Amino acid sequence: MSDSRIKKVLFEPVFSNNPIALQILGICSALAVTTSMQLSIVMGLAVSLVTGMSSLFIATIRAQIPSSIRIIVQMTIIASLVILVDQILKAYAYEISRQLSVFVGLIITNCIVMGRAEAFAMQNSPGISFLDGIGNGLGYMVLLLAVAFFRELLGAGKLFGIEILPTINDGGWYVPNGLLLLPPSAFFIIGLLIWALRGWKKEQVELEDYRISSHTVKEAF
Amino acid sequence: MSNKESTQKTILVAFLLCLVCSIVIAGSVVILKPTQEINKALNLKVNILAAAGLLPESDKPADIEAAFSKIEAKIVDLDTGEYVEPEVVGRKKALAYDQRKAAKNPKLSDFLPAEDDIASIKRRVKYAKVYLVKNDDQLETIIIPVNGYGLWSTLYGFIALEKDANTIVGLGFYEHAETPGLGGEVDNPRWKAFWPGKKLYDLDESTEPKIHLMKGSVDKSSKAIDYQVDGLAGATLTSRGVTNLIQFWVGENGFQRYLSRLRKEA
Repeated sequence: MSDSRIKKVLFEPVFSNNPIALQILGICSALAVTTSMQLSIVMGLAVSLVTGMSSLFIATIRAQIPSSIRIIVQMTIIASLVILVDQILKAYAYEISRQLSVFVGLIITNCIVMGRAEAFAMQNSPGISFLDGIGNGLGYMVLLLAVAFFRELLGAGKLFGIEILPTINDGGWYVPNGLLLLPPSAFFIIGLLIWALRGWKKEQVELEDYRISSHTVKEAF
Repeated sequence: MSNKESTQKTILVAFLLCLVCSIVIAGSVVILKPTQEINKALNLKVNILAAAGLLPESDKPADIEAAFSKIEAKIVDLDTGEYVEPEVVGRKKALAYDQRKAAKNPKLSDFLPAEDDIASIKRRVKYAKVYLVKNDDQLETIIIPVNGYGLWSTLYGFIALEKDANTIVGLGFYEHAETPGLGGEVDNPRWKAFWPGKKLYDLDESTEPKIHLMKGSVDKSSKAIDYQVDGLAGATLTSRGVTNLIQFWVGENGFQRYLSRLRKEA
């Protein structure tokens, strides 16, 4: 493993190959947990850990996995790790686990985890697979934080639970935008972020699948 | 076992994987369970103390336990309003009675007909657990559990009452999944601050619960101001749910008889 390869697998998913913005994976949980920065960080860390560890284990036993049951094998490993994370959160970060509630369990269904297992860990050595998992988790976390920044600031007037814009409810002047606290708002923000990202990195713009040809008008007379 | 695609190999891999994973998970659950139970119990105590306004400054477990030691749990028969021994619900200590579990147990709860079920809780427990704060054997605060449906979720919480069994000391919800920022504002301390001093019943009139949430703000000149609390902005259904669940729990199917008895004895 050369240094440049390590850098590439670790940091490329952050902007150049972001799992949410380019691969459009893991959107569902991005809608759910981005109401606050704190939840996003914990969720991002949990997903990074699960993706890294599952990629590590799957890469370690990749030579032994029969291809007929490989998806189930990956799923079992991922599910076990998620339950483990959930149990640890419940024991040592009870408040946060209460807020994340069902979404920790839903990391199992996060397409990023399985996507990396299938696309990368099945072909690569354990070390680099682990880094690839962590890298993709980081990419996920960065986007989550970007979305949560707008949602928490404009929806609740806070960042990390600290008041930035004093809201009317707390005797201030800012009228919070309730829509931003509801999941659909994350769709708009993710869409705008993807737009901005592709404006910056032009190579991410997809080629058109086909081009509509111009009208051919036959003169009738 | 040269060929990894053979049936034997496939079964062996699946078996070993399941074995390893189940050992890891079972192990972690068993090892972490005591810590999790402590967290859960502590969280409940914090919420009871918070409703009664007795929460200590520090959140150290030892301080919370110390504050909670003043509180005594009792089991109440909702039909008669009398206290019963914890043995009735199959427990040695009243504190160990789990009212939420009892609501699912057909021996300890009844099906609620739809017309009585204003809080949408489906089943009503026969015995409820109340918490009493005493000072020199004098009853100071009564804390009763409440629950009911809001917009998305069942809200679970406590209401603390003064010894007149009518004036509210405070309320708090320890579990709900209402929309953050809208219905989730039931946790907002500024909203909770509306509650102390409000009254459940207009006792000159009747013992039907009168307390309710208003749409918008309470009119300061209104005669009924003691029974009205500001609704939650942008959360009509959660506000309605809170009104319903309080009216249910202090009403005929809830603690009405118990609270009447306490008033008579006082």
